[in-house]
Amino acid sequence: MKQYAYYPGCSLESLGKSYNDSALAVAKALDVELKEIEDWNCCGATAYFPVDELLAYTLTARNLAKAEKTGLDFVAPCSACYKNAYFTNSYLQKDADLADHINYALEADKLHVSGTAKVRHLIDVFINDVGLEEIKAKVTNPLSGLHIAPYYGCQILRPRKDHEDVENPTYFEALLAAIGAEPIDYASKARCCGGSLIITNRRAALDMVRILLLDAINHNADVIATTCPMCNVNLEVYQDQVNREFGTHYSIPVMYFTQLMGLAMGIIPGHLGVGKQQLGTGSMLAFAQNAKQETNQ
Amino acid sequence: MSERIGVYICHCGTNIAGIVDVADVSKWAGEKLADKDVVVARDYKFMCSSLGQELIQKDIKEQKLTRVVVAACSPHLHEKTFRNACKGADLNPYLCELVSIREQDSWVHTDKAAATLKAKAIVSGGVARVMHHEALEPLRVPIHPATLVVGGGIAGIQAALEIADAGFHVYLVEREPSIGGHMAQFDKTFPTLDCSACILTPKMVDVGNHPNITLLTWSEVMKVDGFVGNFAVTIKKKPRYIKIEDCTGCGICWEKCPKKVVDNVFEAGMGNRKAVYVPFPQAVPKYPVIDDVNCTYYLKGTCKACEKFCPTNAIDFNQKPEEITVEVGNIILATGYDLFDARRIPQYGYGKLANVFTSLEFERLCNAAGPTGGNIVMRDGKTPPKTVGIVHCVGSRDKNYNGYCSAICCMQSLKFAHLVRERTGAEVYNFYIDIRTPSKGYEEFYQRLLEEGTRFVRGKVAEITSMARIPEEEGKLIIQVEDTLIGKQRRIPVDMVVLSAGMQARQDSKEVAKLFGISCSADNWYIERHPKLDPVATMTEGIYIAGCVQGPKDIPASVSQGAAAAARVLGKIQQKEISLEPVRASINQEQCSGCRICNNLCPFNAILFHEDTMVSEVNLALCQGCGTCVAGCPAGAISGTGFSNEQILSQIDGLLMLNLSRTAVPVES
Repeated sequence: MKQYAYYPGCSLESLGKSYNDSALAVAKALDVELKEIEDWNCCGATAYFPVDELLAYTLTARNLAKAEKTGLDFVAPCSACYKNAYFTNSYLQKDADLADHINYALEADKLHVSGTAKVRHLIDVFINDVGLEEIKAKVTNPLSGLHIAPYYGCQILRPRKDHEDVENPTYFEALLAAIGAEPIDYASKARCCGGSLIITNRRAALDMVRILLLDAINHNADVIATTCPMCNVNLEVYQDQVNREFGTHYSIPVMYFTQLMGLAMGIIPGHLGVGKQQLGTGSMLAFAQNAKQETNQ
Repeated sequence: MSERIGVYICHCGTNIAGIVDVADVSKWAGEKLADKDVVVARDYKFMCSSLGQELIQKDIKEQKLTRVVVAACSPHLHEKTFRNACKGADLNPYLCELVSIREQDSWVHTDKAAATLKAKAIVSGGVARVMHHEALEPLRVPIHPATLVVGGGIAGIQAALEIADAGFHVYLVEREPSIGGHMAQFDKTFPTLDCSACILTPKMVDVGNHPNITLLTWSEVMKVDGFVGNFAVTIKKKPRYIKIEDCTGCGICWEKCPKKVVDNVFEAGMGNRKAVYVPFPQAVPKYPVIDDVNCTYYLKGTCKACEKFCPTNAIDFNQKPEEITVEVGNIILATGYDLFDARRIPQYGYGKLANVFTSLEFERLCNAAGPTGGNIVMRDGKTPPKTVGIVHCVGSRDKNYNGYCSAICCMQSLKFAHLVRERTGAEVYNFYIDIRTPSKGYEEFYQRLLEEGTRFVRGKVAEITSMARIPEEEGKLIIQVEDTLIGKQRRIPVDMVVLSAGMQARQDSKEVAKLFGISCSADNWYIERHPKLDPVATMTEGIYIAGCVQGPKDIPASVSQGAAAAARVLGKIQQKEISLEPVRASINQEQCSGCRICNNLCPFNAILFHEDTMVSEVNLALCQGCGTCVAGCPAGAISGTGFSNEQILSQIDGLLMLNLSRTAVPVES
């Protein structure tokens, strides 16, 4: 069984609970153990870094230090947490002075960080460690005919990490194809959802959401799949406000990629947090069940 | 026998003297190295100047010097100068050692005391080494008067014509069925807007008719043996399936050929050709080629329409590839460039969005002989665009793709903008990072475009998309760009986009470089002998480069280089004989174990193996003195003249100042 130091992050405790539930359920089904890091803390999100960079790095570094102790890869399901952990980790590898400052603070907690843990996103673990073939083998209800818009969002890609293709990545599509669905090809898949802009400039943020919804809908998407609780909230919860602001009539379900994987793997929808969304995913459930019946026949 | 060594320290203006205390170094050498046979040590402002050289020559005569060490710039630059100076004073030039205290010292250090100490160490190494130099005589070999030119683009054509006109024979090898290169594909040339074909085809015809040029199209160089003056080049002539002695170029075969093929080479995918074809009407030679990958006869075994209709029975389906070997004295490589593949930038939509064109496609679109007869229309083949966006620097000046400037894209984009406005009246937007128009008449052309009302937006295009956000954008291509002059993001809807794709080295440039024994830069362009002073020669004697193979350049620059390379070759031919550096490897037959490791290591195939005596031997005429075999020999049986173990080890001893008592130099400074 593959083991990882799992860092769920604050969002997955409340707003993104269904992401956490589905991630753990799917991981279990794929024989992956996500061992939650003990006594983890907030990563600083997007808010803390502009306020006090050093303290924000220290905040994230504490989680990294705990992961390092286990010797396992640090895995975050949230793109923002992943980005913060990734860059904190790589900066403290390169910047001895920063590492000294951070470790001075971590001493109070009897912790030490050296940047040896590998920081990964959950989707990367599923695709590259478990593998698409293995996932395909676990699919019992292939989502055939379901048009899914793979929405990468920006923080999983940018700023550029290593040598990743940030302009036209295709791994999410490959994952969706592995669970039998039909990924749609649309230009906005790696465009920003607005993040926390909704707090400071509501209209501009809603317009960013509008563009993403429009592009997905124009390409006949039945559902948008996300890899981040922030993206999920923006795309799902604000559809209503987008409609009011721009006079549109969008109503497209938004689901975590883990929920879609879970459905395809025959996990009970309730265990995946399906049904907790604001926008009806009833049709999605029916789809998965129909698909199951079809395969049974 | 004790030697008499002179040591000369160059100031190089302030290049060296600004960091290294040259007077101290020369004084130190005179005193501390006196017991190492140094009899005179001097410093001088410019050692390479004639006064500097005379200084050395005077000492050689008056002080009876037997060896000379010059501490100055890299041997790349002035080794020859100082060797010649010694020769002028009747000292064997190979008894002079040039050590670098500029590139390897003053230019790379800021600490004056440490740099001065390092200069002393370098001088000490030079003195230790020069003791082991041998007086050598250069090898003299005759130069074959014929020349090989590889690549029939404008640079190769120019080079071939210059040499042939001077009365010497040229073999011009071209991979495609016709010469002409990229220039034959273009419509107009900037900044004068001459018709590209009109100025190129007369030269092509000259090449075809020239008694001194053997034109080998549809051919490739397979192997290069030998060395400067005496290359033996093996050329593969791919089968044309046409008996050229019978073919009149009447064109009936391609008229009757039923098989249409998309022409991805000459028409850049914009038009079709037949399976038997000449790439364009003015092709030289006029003989067609049967494309055996697409020809129905080769696919299905029947058809032979061309054979049936050919009035002179010139079709021969049984032709086989043929290999010929030619002897030449010099080689000019003018193999050109490849266009940057715009698909590598997915956010620009090329390949996905129909009306995004590359610059080469657009050239064919503008060309009166092209697929649309010169009508600038969209991909549907009929609608003229109302607005056109031209994106500069596609794949150039971008560290994600090619870091360098492709040099031609600005002017090419301006030319496109002019042609679009002239022929369609459409609104044109140029998206540029910087406008670079540095040659004669170029800036004036830019000013003309500004006056013509072309719009210029300064900013790097982020994305080209068909995704409309507002009704006005529906059905258009939207160019998302930061207009850095007004500091705003803009979305500009257009009908057509032209990507001014940059130039990059030929995809097989590395293999070709290896074939000819020259080196490539990190971007795979071929490296010239000196970036300013020797731009068409390479580090390999007898191999010259011209045109875009050396780096991105426009037509005038390519022509200049073609002519320059020809002039260099003509100079060599006139000398009739060339003296080669006597720096060669030699194998001690007693020590050679016959393991043959060196046989495969030698990049010049200069090592022979004697089956009878089971030992290897170096062919001195082929050996270039690279030293690979010397380092590779497990028995230590190979030694390189000028780079013997004795020389290298004593230089290291000298550098470490082991030749001096350790206390002589304060180590802590």
